[in-house]
Amino acid sequence: MEVVTKGSFVKRNGSPDVRGRNARAVSRGAAASVICALGLALAGCGPAPRASGINDPYEASNRQTHDFNKSVDSALFRSSEPSSNGQGPVGHALENVGSNLSLPGKVLNSLLQGRPEPAIKNTFRFFINSTLGLGGLFDPAGTSFSLPETDTDFGETLHVWGVPEGSYLELPFVGPSTERDALGMVVDIVINPLGALDPDERAAAFALRMGGKIAKRQRYSTTVDSILYGSADSYAQSRLLYLQNRRFELNGEETTNANAYDPYDDPALQ
Amino acid sequence: MPTPTTPMTIRRCNRRTVLGYGAAGLAAALLPGEALALTDAQARALIQRAVDDVNVAISSGKTGPALYAMFERIFQKYADVNVIARSALGVAARQASPAQMAAFTQAFQGYLSRKYGKRFREFIGARFTIEGARPIKTFYEVKTTAILKGQAPFEVLWQVSDRSGADKFFNLIVEGVNMLASERTEIGAMLDRRRGNIDLLIQDLKTAG
Repeated sequence: MEVVTKGSFVKRNGSPDVRGRNARAVSRGAAASVICALGLALAGCGPAPRASGINDPYEASNRQTHDFNKSVDSALFRSSEPSSNGQGPVGHALENVGSNLSLPGKVLNSLLQGRPEPAIKNTFRFFINSTLGLGGLFDPAGTSFSLPETDTDFGETLHVWGVPEGSYLELPFVGPSTERDALGMVVDIVINPLGALDPDERAAAFALRMGGKIAKRQRYSTTVDSILYGSADSYAQSRLLYLQNRRFELNGEETTNANAYDPYDDPALQ
Repeated sequence: MPTPTTPMTIRRCNRRTVLGYGAAGLAAALLPGEALALTDAQARALIQRAVDDVNVAISSGKTGPALYAMFERIFQKYADVNVIARSALGVAARQASPAQMAAFTQAFQGYLSRKYGKRFREFIGARFTIEGARPIKTFYEVKTTAILKGQAPFEVLWQVSDRSGADKFFNLIVEGVNMLASERTEIGAMLDRRRGNIDLLIQDLKTAG
């Protein structure tokens, strides 16, 4: 949304743009301090406990969104020939560039979570891949420096601050999410350090990040296709996979004596 | 038992974790009779053999159906297909006759091999290493790491039991995604589509995956 207001500034004599930039810097700073204050207030509570089960009160509308997303996906990615995990060198480079541009936002989130180690690693990764990796086209940080990307986002920051998962949501174009992750996505757009770039650069960065996501969709095409088009109930399947994987990302593995499922002792099966 | 902290999930307050492990240790000390027949070493050995076979399959250079067939053999050899099938069918398993159960298990095995064989492509180039094993209830969970070039390593957990009469794995958890839970959802949806008719479900399964 900010892209629109920024584009409306006329660059003729420079001053409106500068003023706009200052105003943006102020509002960005204000947003950041609100977020930090919120973070400090919530940080004392520790991370939210691991959610379990499926909390989906919006299932009916979520299913409609799911059908919409599927039709978008099939229009964009389903060709007539059988799909393969075909990602050529261009797709691979695009995915690299896109994920490189996502690093500043991840560094910021790691800091907000009070986790300096991934912040430092992703910072080094960003500088190595932006320079030696020719603007992120290649990934020398991951291949030669053992610095794979540590993924994070503001949804995780909210989790670390103690915000519960909320209800399951399927978002148009985005796919599976939760109330907490949807809010996190919006905040990520607002606080992304790339927002400080010129409008043109920012638009280019945005396009490259979208391109990277599309390339990623192609890399995992077999699995994504098998879930979206091969499942008897693709909505239920993608909901389950998203929630399980997301909880794993946020809480780590957590099979305990209390919650472990043991099919040999399942009374429902006997 | 060391606390399994991975660098990506550094927790700021792990009081609960510490308490949890303390309680688990106490329970273990109080319940010496609840000994597992399966040992840590046996569970690890089983998964080591499975992982070795997986690594061989990956480095064989085979692709497509030939690779899927190798995967199917690994699956038949190391997995407890009976309990996976029964669990996937869920409560409907109780109403099924022994003949239906046998036919379902047979069809399910083919379905699962095709389905996971196809997804196996994503593991091409991966190398699995065993990180450790820990007892849970009456089974062991063996943790392996899959290393793919240029990507963050990811975690695959194998749950192993000897309650079928032989050491077999009965569940796979890839980055939190649990095969038993996923298949129960899938088979449940397929059964719903056939309005609970197991015979029609078996027919569908023969071509699914």
